[in-house]
Amino acid sequence: MALMDSKSRSVIQDPLMNNNPITLQVLGICSALAVTVKMDTALVMSAAVVFVLTMSNTILSLLRAFIPSRVRIIIMLSVIASLVILTDQILRAYMYDMSKQLSVFVGLIITNCIVMGRAEAFATQNPPGKAFLDGLGNALGYGLILVGVSAFREILGSGTLLGFSVIPGWLYGLGYENNGLMVLSPGAFIILGLIIWIQRSVGKIEES
Amino acid sequence: MRSNAYTLFFTAMVTVVLGFLLSVAATTLKEQQELNESIDIQKNILRALEYEEDLENPWTVDAVQKLFTGSIRGIVINQDGLEVEGMIPEEISDENSDRYLPVFLKIANGTIEGYAVPISGKGLWSTLYGYLAIQPDGNTVKGITFYKHGETPGLGGEVDKKWFTDNFKGKSLFGPEGKLVSVAVVRGLVDESSDAAAHQVDGISGATMTGKGLTNFLLDDLKKYEPFLMRIMAGESF
Repeated sequence: MALMDSKSRSVIQDPLMNNNPITLQVLGICSALAVTVKMDTALVMSAAVVFVLTMSNTILSLLRAFIPSRVRIIIMLSVIASLVILTDQILRAYMYDMSKQLSVFVGLIITNCIVMGRAEAFATQNPPGKAFLDGLGNALGYGLILVGVSAFREILGSGTLLGFSVIPGWLYGLGYENNGLMVLSPGAFIILGLIIWIQRSVGKIEES
Repeated sequence: MRSNAYTLFFTAMVTVVLGFLLSVAATTLKEQQELNESIDIQKNILRALEYEEDLENPWTVDAVQKLFTGSIRGIVINQDGLEVEGMIPEEISDENSDRYLPVFLKIANGTIEGYAVPISGKGLWSTLYGYLAIQPDGNTVKGITFYKHGETPGLGGEVDKKWFTDNFKGKSLFGPEGKLVSVAVVRGLVDESSDAAAHQVDGISGATMTGKGLTNFLLDDLKKYEPFLMRIMAGESF
């Protein structure tokens, strides 16, 4: 790909698989459990995180030479919190039903360790272009897992995908039932645990 | 190390810029957000009064407003169940809500087809908000909806699902002697052979506390409307 040099490519590719923020670093679990009952909420949540993380990374990278190091955490938090509040306000104005379902979890992006983590570990030490790609990569890595978990939970727990029925009626006739556990948080833990297990076995990743 | 003056100046600048941007966003979006909230409440009043959204006529903002203004009339009643002339439900605020109560009338072809009253109270984790609709006889439940709650999804959160709310339809609020009994959520299934079955609905398994809360606040809210409902049953019209 001529569009990016290999370093930039790894900045965006690594967090998607090999260094995924949820499955490898086990960050951002709280929202991964809460908004993955249905796929539509997982998609909107992922989009919100993509917006917040790319913007916060870019803005903080642009400001990195001017931020006094003694107050850097406060500055990062102010920028992130402002972006999150902005996202929440926009959702409330234009996607009201969705914002009702996501309730507090949009606001809780502020405390999502991935956002603060990328700001501290990457954005404040790299140029804006790279920080943008890093934010995009990590947010997409987060979204990938969220959408994956929600697909399992919605199909197994509610028999639908994005609201459409996917389990044929005759199966219910044979005595098949939706799994109530998948609708609850433990269902997300089990799915997430299985994903982490499979990924680590296939990728031969060892705890160092 | 930067000087203290620089640190203070920089922090102040960031705060001012961010604060300005957020207040601009909040002010510009406010109108749209308030519209969404009022439409949401209107949708719930309509749903309680057995209007349903279908695929050919989706409930867009315009459609809901048209339907609501066309067929719902909001009135205000006092503690004696008498209509307060010239007052609309929007005029009820925190200060006078102990004296005035809103009622929404479903009117089709000049006749009243039902009454919807707001209900709210504690479940297990949260306060539930919704509407209870009553048939023109003043006694039979027409429908119930919940538009805001924070109960556990899959357990107490099922209160807003059709399978649960449909159970309320046709239940009686008053006993045979004309005493207010309300409708109670029981544990497990209703024993259809018992005399109390007309005042009971099936519970949600795993959500006993949400059901208890609902039973309690439903009775409390209906007590406030008791004089009004008595008048309807006695044949007074509004």
